Amino acid sequence: MGRHLSTKLLSSLALAVAIGATAIASPASAASLKMAWKQDATGLDPHKQTAFSSIRLLELIYEPLVRLDKDLQIVPAVAASWEFAADAKQLTFKLNPNAKFQDGKPVTAADVKASFERLLDEKTAAAARANFLSIASIETPDQATVVFKLSQPDAPLLTAMASINAAIVPAAEIAAGTIGTKALGTGPFKLDKWEPNSKETLSANKDWAGGKIAIDGIDISVLPDETAILAALRTKQVDFALINDPLVATLVPKETSLVLNRTPVLAYHVLQMNPSRKPMDVLAVRQAISCAIDRKDVLDTASVGEGKVTGPLTMPGYTSDASALFCYKQDIAKAKKLMAEAGFANGFTATVIAANGEPATAAAEAQVLQSQLAEIGVKLNIKMMELNVYVDAWLKGDFDMAVALNGGRADPYSMYNRYWTKTGNLQKVTNYIDDTLDSLMQKGRVETDPAKRKVIFADFEKHLVEVAPWAWLYTSYSYTAQQKNVQGFVPTPEGSLFGLSKVTLQ
Amino acid sequence: MSYLARRLLTFPLVMLGVSILVFVAIRLVPGDAITAMLGTEAGLLTPAQRAALSAYFGIDKPILVQYWSWLLGVLQGDLGISVIHGKPALTIILERFPLTLQLALMSMCVALLVGLPAGVFAATRNEKISDLAVRIFAMIGQSTPNFVVGLLIIYALSAGFGILPAMGEFTPFLTDPLRNLGQMILPAITLGFAFAASVTRISRSAMLDVLSDDYVRTARSKGVPKRSVIWRHALPNALIPVVTLSGVEFGYLLGGAVLVEQIYALPGLGRLVLEAILQRDYALVQGCVLFIAFNFMVVNLLVDLAYVTLDPRIRLGEGN
Repeated sequence: MGRHLSTKLLSSLALAVAIGATAIASPASAASLKMAWKQDATGLDPHKQTAFSSIRLLELIYEPLVRLDKDLQIVPAVAASWEFAADAKQLTFKLNPNAKFQDGKPVTAADVKASFERLLDEKTAAAARANFLSIASIETPDQATVVFKLSQPDAPLLTAMASINAAIVPAAEIAAGTIGTKALGTGPFKLDKWEPNSKETLSANKDWAGGKIAIDGIDISVLPDETAILAALRTKQVDFALINDPLVATLVPKETSLVLNRTPVLAYHVLQMNPSRKPMDVLAVRQAISCAIDRKDVLDTASVGEGKVTGPLTMPGYTSDASALFCYKQDIAKAKKLMAEAGFANGFTATVIAANGEPATAAAEAQVLQSQLAEIGVKLNIKMMELNVYVDAWLKGDFDMAVALNGGRADPYSMYNRYWTKTGNLQKVTNYIDDTLDSLMQKGRVETDPAKRKVIFADFEKHLVEVAPWAWLYTSYSYTAQQKNVQGFVPTPEGSLFGLSKVTLQ
Repeated sequence: MSYLARRLLTFPLVMLGVSILVFVAIRLVPGDAITAMLGTEAGLLTPAQRAALSAYFGIDKPILVQYWSWLLGVLQGDLGISVIHGKPALTIILERFPLTLQLALMSMCVALLVGLPAGVFAATRNEKISDLAVRIFAMIGQSTPNFVVGLLIIYALSAGFGILPAMGEFTPFLTDPLRNLGQMILPAITLGFAFAASVTRISRSAMLDVLSDDYVRTARSKGVPKRSVIWRHALPNALIPVVTLSGVEFGYLLGGAVLVEQIYALPGLGRLVLEAILQRDYALVQGCVLFIAFNFMVVNLLVDLAYVTLDPRIRLGEGN
């Protein structure tokens, strides 16, 4: 018995030592920030990658001409200054003379021209090209000046240029065909090593024109389970982490050593109806559905109240009081009346599609909507799909209704022209054409006065909610969690991690 | 022709079948590499852009042409290039395999070291309280999903003791044995837990059968000590079903343990396949599945050969 006990003791001791050793084995090595996220980047070509997970990484390595700050104001990046011509048909940039690529070569006007020409070349297959079609020609009067000549006034162009999808890459790398295999940008961090879906190692770019970086680098681990990320934060294995699941995020503040950053984002949760399918082609039916939804209840139940009920416009500067929008207060009586008027007093059956885990709240949202719409006789069948299968059906417009989390943009035109203009690329998804929406969008595109634009898009929002092709639900937060000794991180509504360039480790 | 030679000859045929199945199946699933990369933004592509991307991903040609050129590559040992990793699929698979192999071996050890003695113990105390306790424990082990066990372990360690195995990357055993074991032991226990329960149940019932056999009774009546009867006479004969079970399980484990790898953030084969499927990285999916199928066949063959060693009465490949 004694021998058994000692063997047992010995083996448990060995186990404890082994685990303890690995926990301590990674010393607080110099001052690299240890970071974790659930989803890794899927590629390194800044012009091609559109997934959030890729953009989060590429924003640390590459820079566009301009970027958006935490208030979505345009601030310098590779360009030091810019100016729209009075007719909004010419946009001139002066480059920052200190801007250098990570191989030490200065950024020239030729690099900017080559980057945009690559973006516009259909062979590059950059989805973001759609935002830059008004560029007619690019001129480079000198090494530090770039002039974009536009075929028509395009006020939202500057905001579109603030995306990492319009990153400035070296002309030489374009010619060599190495964009996407070699990451060489002007950004605050250099990518030293990338093992997809496992880890990446970044080091601070000492020559960065944006200022001095206080940390030596960032070591990113891909931890596919967010409760494991929380555990890694708890045990100080990780200094900083991205959290997607609101349920996990709400657990962070319970740990005294951790800080949670919570920022409202531009992306919106929405119930998309398909007006090309009966009976969603009837205005009264769509309005009835919109009226039958209790948006606050969806938010509270599916997302533990983490977010805010919203109309279509989610960007600061354009948002309005959501409660003033059509039927934003649940009104079952009105909904039933509308259904009866449309000849559907007894309701109907429809299928709603949603993606598994994308967002984490998708299934819960579908279930809450199912129970709410049951009150007016609409029987929803929920069909959960793998993300890719869902995207395929979504792009084909092959659904009665869809629960979606759609990305937002800092400018209302860039955000919605794909859906609600007559030439929008995603007409097939919305299946809805409306002259008023189209003309308001065109007006907003050419108007450069911010106050007038605000009025135009307020009208656009009001009308869009009334004709109810979709029922906008809520916006959520983006979350990052960090140890208390990590300071200086500023989150943005785009969920950018660019703020890591200003972080210090105390 | 010997049994071994005949079995080896069927390998290429099975592999060919597997290759066709996986090649077609991954292309039949809605969504392709383009939607996997761009998500809903794929809707913004012009037809020319879409064509350029299709060519880039190698999905622009008819499926038969694609299959043929891939098959020619495979015959020369080239499983294709992963578009996400930008490396040959085989290189990536071989990078990930040591972890998976080690995890499979360690969890097998856990399962057999716990399961066999427990099963034998329970069999010798048939219908007593201790037998019942082992059986209840085995039932719990079998019915608890391993991700639950894993999450509970992680929670208990991190919240209770403030420790956690290093996650995110794999340290090979030869580089740093201590760190490696610290990383692997909990995943191995998590995986081995449920399997230990199956081993317990199987070995218990096999032992019960054997213990009632004539030769065991004879051995006992000749005065052979009880311990010797159990471990030398009965156990080897009770091992056949355990070996069968272990072989199948080991084959599965060599295909990677997706959930456990996800929870402990281990870059093993299971996660590699899962991510390759989600990202529609065709070459990588095909390469992984072929590799896993090959391992499975090898393990099965080894299990068959093990029967002969365990029970010389078994003659492979001679009718019955």
